[in-house]
Amino acid sequence: MHNIHNDFSKNLQNEVLQAIATGNTLTIRAGGSKDFYGRKLTASNVISIAEHQGIISYEPTELVIKARAGTSLKIIQQALAENKQMLAFEPPAYNEKATLGGTLAGNFSGPRRAYSGAARDYVLGSTILNGKAELLTFGGQVMKNVAGYDVSRLMTGALGTLGVIMDASIKVVPMPEADITFMQTISLDEALTRLHQYSRLPLPISASCFYQDKLYIRLSGAERAIDKAGKTIGGDQLNNAHDFWRSITDQTHTFFQSELTLWRLSLASNTAAVFPEENTLYEWGGALRWLKSDASQATIRSDSHLINGHCTLFRSTGSRNQVFQTLPAPLLKLHLRLKHAFDPYGIFNIGRMYPDF
Amino acid sequence: MSQNSTKSVNRQQLRKLLLQILPSESILVQEEDLRPYECDGLSAYRQVPLIVALPDTSGQVQNILRLCNKINLPVVVRGAGTGLSGGALPHEHGLLLSLAKLKNIISIDEKLRTACVQPGVRNLAISQAVDHLGLFYAPDPSSQIACTIGGNVAENSGGVHCLKYGLTVHNIQQIKIISIEGELMTIGGDGLDCPGYDLLALMTGSEGMLGVIIEITVKLLPKPDCTQTLLAAFNDISKAGNAVANIISAGIIPAGLELMDKLAIQAAEDFVHAGYPTNAAAILLCELDGSEIEVATHADAVRGLLNNSGATEVLTAQNAQQSLTFWKGRKAAFPAVGRISPDYYCMDGTIPRKSLARVLQAIADMSQQYGLAIANVFHAGDGNLHPLILYDANIPGEQARAEEFGAKILELCIEVGGTITGEHGVGMEKLDQMCVQFKTKELIQFHAVKAAFDVKALLNPGKAVPTLHRCAEFGAMHIHHGKLPHPELERF
Repeated sequence: MHNIHNDFSKNLQNEVLQAIATGNTLTIRAGGSKDFYGRKLTASNVISIAEHQGIISYEPTELVIKARAGTSLKIIQQALAENKQMLAFEPPAYNEKATLGGTLAGNFSGPRRAYSGAARDYVLGSTILNGKAELLTFGGQVMKNVAGYDVSRLMTGALGTLGVIMDASIKVVPMPEADITFMQTISLDEALTRLHQYSRLPLPISASCFYQDKLYIRLSGAERAIDKAGKTIGGDQLNNAHDFWRSITDQTHTFFQSELTLWRLSLASNTAAVFPEENTLYEWGGALRWLKSDASQATIRSDSHLINGHCTLFRSTGSRNQVFQTLPAPLLKLHLRLKHAFDPYGIFNIGRMYPDF
Repeated sequence: MSQNSTKSVNRQQLRKLLLQILPSESILVQEEDLRPYECDGLSAYRQVPLIVALPDTSGQVQNILRLCNKINLPVVVRGAGTGLSGGALPHEHGLLLSLAKLKNIISIDEKLRTACVQPGVRNLAISQAVDHLGLFYAPDPSSQIACTIGGNVAENSGGVHCLKYGLTVHNIQQIKIISIEGELMTIGGDGLDCPGYDLLALMTGSEGMLGVIIEITVKLLPKPDCTQTLLAAFNDISKAGNAVANIISAGIIPAGLELMDKLAIQAAEDFVHAGYPTNAAAILLCELDGSEIEVATHADAVRGLLNNSGATEVLTAQNAQQSLTFWKGRKAAFPAVGRISPDYYCMDGTIPRKSLARVLQAIADMSQQYGLAIANVFHAGDGNLHPLILYDANIPGEQARAEEFGAKILELCIEVGGTITGEHGVGMEKLDQMCVQFKTKELIQFHAVKAAFDVKALLNPGKAVPTLHRCAEFGAMHIHHGKLPHPELERF
């Protein structure tokens, strides 16, 4: 439909062909709002997706939006809001240049993730540019599709190491009729206990956060339904709730204003607290924990802290040599083989995820 | 893809090798013992396997795979054998690995709302095991009484409730797999995400091509407080199709939204007496769930939308019993159609909702053209069609005609921007249509993914992704709009 003039597929394809011919490596970049994330890059050139933008199609009754990777999240969210729809995974925008491509490449998902699913859960299909400079289309625009391997979801969270996400079709959801946030002043233990109790009940919870003796719970849905659920949960109603959740999502909350290294811990939600409470912010019913700390890698990554979970060095002014949790040998071998299957010449985002590829 | 498999091992030699891993009663070699494994739910395709192995520990599975890898023996994994695309069709020179004995629920974590189960656990058994905790496992394929969770993961199964609760891929948290090389890997974890690539998504729906799933941790959901079922009758199927779009665009996502056409209504009514209006051209079943207030609010809105969309009658189930009765007809629709026709062929395309009316009309026209009746029963909310083509395999040529008709339906699904399979998988059945849905370079990419996991192509060879050779041959027979598909390939 519109925005045809913003289709840079051919140019991008040529850039990859050139990289193959010259032996150059490429860093994939759109808005650059997540340059801080992942290991530091050593690529010879940047392949810019920023101009490859525009909503390709959006039909509210189909609950699907298809947009090019360089499209800003803001534009997508505006288009959806005009039709009382939204991205269900509440993606963060660390600055206003955040794009759909970057969001998907990192599988970035906000507070709603624990209750409605992550970015990867809403990806229906995508066009990718692989390391052989081929434009490939996988999945589609329908909710149910099991033809072929799920390459679109594999690309989501692969940090561009398997290729460039060129465009994607995303399932969208109706905006809830209303939201209400309650705040309770309680201890961490009590907060985790309550969150687990609530999660066993069919309550319309859409976000949760604990920080400095305050438990915040957002309810979303039909107005009368959330009023009733609010009576079960109780607490003081938070007035500036929208701004509060934005500040958690986009990390503008005072907790995140720090020179200390920011760690992201993804764990079983009932894992006991092991780090100083004042330096930890909890989300996702306890399954996501942000930690500010100047402790060493070894201390933070100690196995006893991460039973069947993992830890990411999210933001740091120091060394970004080891960012993601080390993979067991058989899984690493599989990652290397998959990397080779998509990017046989080793062109894209080398080392952004792991030093080995 | 199985050219590299050897025929050098005969049944008795293989039995000897397997006896080092399994007790003799877990190895089947006699013709009459092998016969029950010759097909899955798609009985049109049959093949007796060379041998059947029935391990009851993951260690045995690991050793069997190591053996197969060593002697280059193809392996086909099977759960309950309820699949509808021939995905578990045995390989003539291969081992059929049945995981039916791995049927323990390993643990249930009430706090984390998860259940860790072996692959042979039946889908419904999971919800039954956690019912007393007020929890359930959401994906509910219509074969849920019999089908196993391992097969559900391999096929990314859906069901009536996936409109609201998602497919298998949205409802699992961790799996353990064994590669063809015998390596055990844990994919996923206790957190909501894991480091590295999303192999959980890649494995889900991979149809036994990439690895053998030996343990699954599923997510459980709290049972909704309240459920309400509405039944609307229409005198025109396209009005029913439009009603679906109207409900969704009003911002309501029902737990289930199912459509049945006249033939399906009549067959179901004759079979289970669900109280369906048999003079209707179509009925819509709409299930709403959630809190009592939410359900009441949405039920009012949906009733209004159905009436405005031209429903001739809207019934609201007055109690749980009546709701069950409404659903009984839908759930029994396939066997009900089985009663009125000697054979039927079930298709599984998905289309954008906006194309419902057009596609249903085209299917009706083709039904005339092929001289084969069709019954439509489907997940209208997510555009997943299940046209049932009625035929009689004893009438020469009818099965071939039914298959051709089915293929045309799938190609129509692709044409309107949909897909050839929403939840049943490609298996053996839809290989040719994969050549239509994907271009050569995408198929090459799929083969590269396969090779990353299974370089010798021993796992489920010849399924799910067609060889380029096959597509070239199919393309030669099948020229669409005068365009030769895969023009870059040699023709044989």
